[in-house]
Amino acid sequence: MKYAGLLVMPAGFFLTLAALVLFPDPALRAAFVLCGLAVEGLGLGVAVRGHMLRRGASRP
Amino acid sequence: MNPIPPMTSAPLPAMSDAVFALTLALLLICPLAIAGVALINTGLGRSRSAAQAMLGNLALIAVAAIVFALAGATLTGSLPGPSANAGFTFHVAGKSWNWLGAGSFLLRGLGSAAPQSQLALLFEFLAVAMAVTLPWGSEADRWRLAAGCGSAAVLAAIVFPLAAHWIWAGGWLAQLGANFSLGAGFLDVGGAATVHVLGGLSALAVVWIAGPRRGKFPKEGLSTAMPGHNAVYVLFGCLLALVGWLAWNAAGAILWLHAPLAALPGTAINTLLSASGALAATFSVTRFRFGKPDASLCANGWLAGLVASSACAALVTPVESLFVGAVAGIFTPLLVEVLELALSIDDPSGAITVHGAAGLWGLFAAGLFAPQTGQLLAQLVGIAALLGVVLPLVYLLFALLNRVVPFRVDPDGERIGMDLHELGGGAYPEFVIHRDESYR
Repeated sequence: MKYAGLLVMPAGFFLTLAALVLFPDPALRAAFVLCGLAVEGLGLGVAVRGHMLRRGASRP
Repeated sequence: MNPIPPMTSAPLPAMSDAVFALTLALLLICPLAIAGVALINTGLGRSRSAAQAMLGNLALIAVAAIVFALAGATLTGSLPGPSANAGFTFHVAGKSWNWLGAGSFLLRGLGSAAPQSQLALLFEFLAVAMAVTLPWGSEADRWRLAAGCGSAAVLAAIVFPLAAHWIWAGGWLAQLGANFSLGAGFLDVGGAATVHVLGGLSALAVVWIAGPRRGKFPKEGLSTAMPGHNAVYVLFGCLLALVGWLAWNAAGAILWLHAPLAALPGTAINTLLSASGALAATFSVTRFRFGKPDASLCANGWLAGLVASSACAALVTPVESLFVGAVAGIFTPLLVEVLELALSIDDPSGAITVHGAAGLWGLFAAGLFAPQTGQLLAQLVGIAALLGVVLPLVYLLFALLNRVVPFRVDPDGERIGMDLHELGGGAYPEFVIHRDESYR
């Protein structure tokens, strides 16, 4: 689960890059950059959740 | 504040001798910031690991400096090579994306390089030295010295050069202004991104890989409190860090913003105000939450204010700087608590919050208060690059490194302390080392 989250984060980064290239309009560009950041946040959340599950299972 | 022109790849105007001398003098004071962080890291760890913690800081800096000279500086590209190659570039949608530097190999031609290139290189050496010490504090009391040195080599050879080239050496983030009309491009004057966010995210990766200290999170109940062993080290480290930070932000303003000398007092005042606002906020929050102010959290708050100022001290007004510091000071104790209690992340030095989160906030604030259009979006793109590339890359590299050089010390080493286990002697041989109740 942690690896899945860490794989999602670069996907959000590429969304941000795509926004720069595809949208000259500042409003659309800003919206897609924010979407990219949201995807990264989602990936980070999944990675943190994966870490917590693993720690819970291995507590002494 | 006056709008900053977009950074371009055009040659910079020559630097006068007076500005060169002043910048060099400022850079020679910068290591005090590293010394302060090293003292804070040591004080927040346990007494039975203090010597290993301090030696570790020195060893990591030494490894990072050597590896950066051998490989990292070439990939950063601040010191132009004989062919004056600007680096590795690809073209998409009619724009050039410079993603990796191709500078001079093994620092050849350093003596004859332009003064500004020499100073930029010195700044990067200091920056990489600071960046590699940040994860070391987060893994106090269980990270082996050899593994720490390995992580410093990885950061200095691959990750730091990539980020430093993108931001400081004409890479695609620096060119966002010229290519996409996003303000002046991504701005990171004092190393908030290349040093602190990189170090904070590396700390998160290391903590995830190596895990918490034994007994930190028992199967039942809340986490075990493991306070630092020397509050005086921690608080004196904060004072030392302030001196280094004042110099660091001023030198960064000259080097990366080409700020006039008249702007430097304002940068220094903003640095101090940011740290002061952060300390006042953390003091109030901990006083309100615990009944008394917490010394180690106040130190974390002070440092978080300094880290946030790294991004924006040269760009904002004094009132805005105070606000940036105050926000950093409010969220620092709360995030430290959330990471430990809710997310089971054992970070003794608080580097993930203090350097990672406060650095991100500072970078965002630099865009928020910048006078030019599009600067906030440039900062957001930079933040996306840090989170989307640096964290997964560091995690991947550290996970591979962990297979070769295991990060974590064996349980016996953790029980007797890193000083005895790794160095054969303690930091305080005349003191009685208390038995740890969690090992009964």
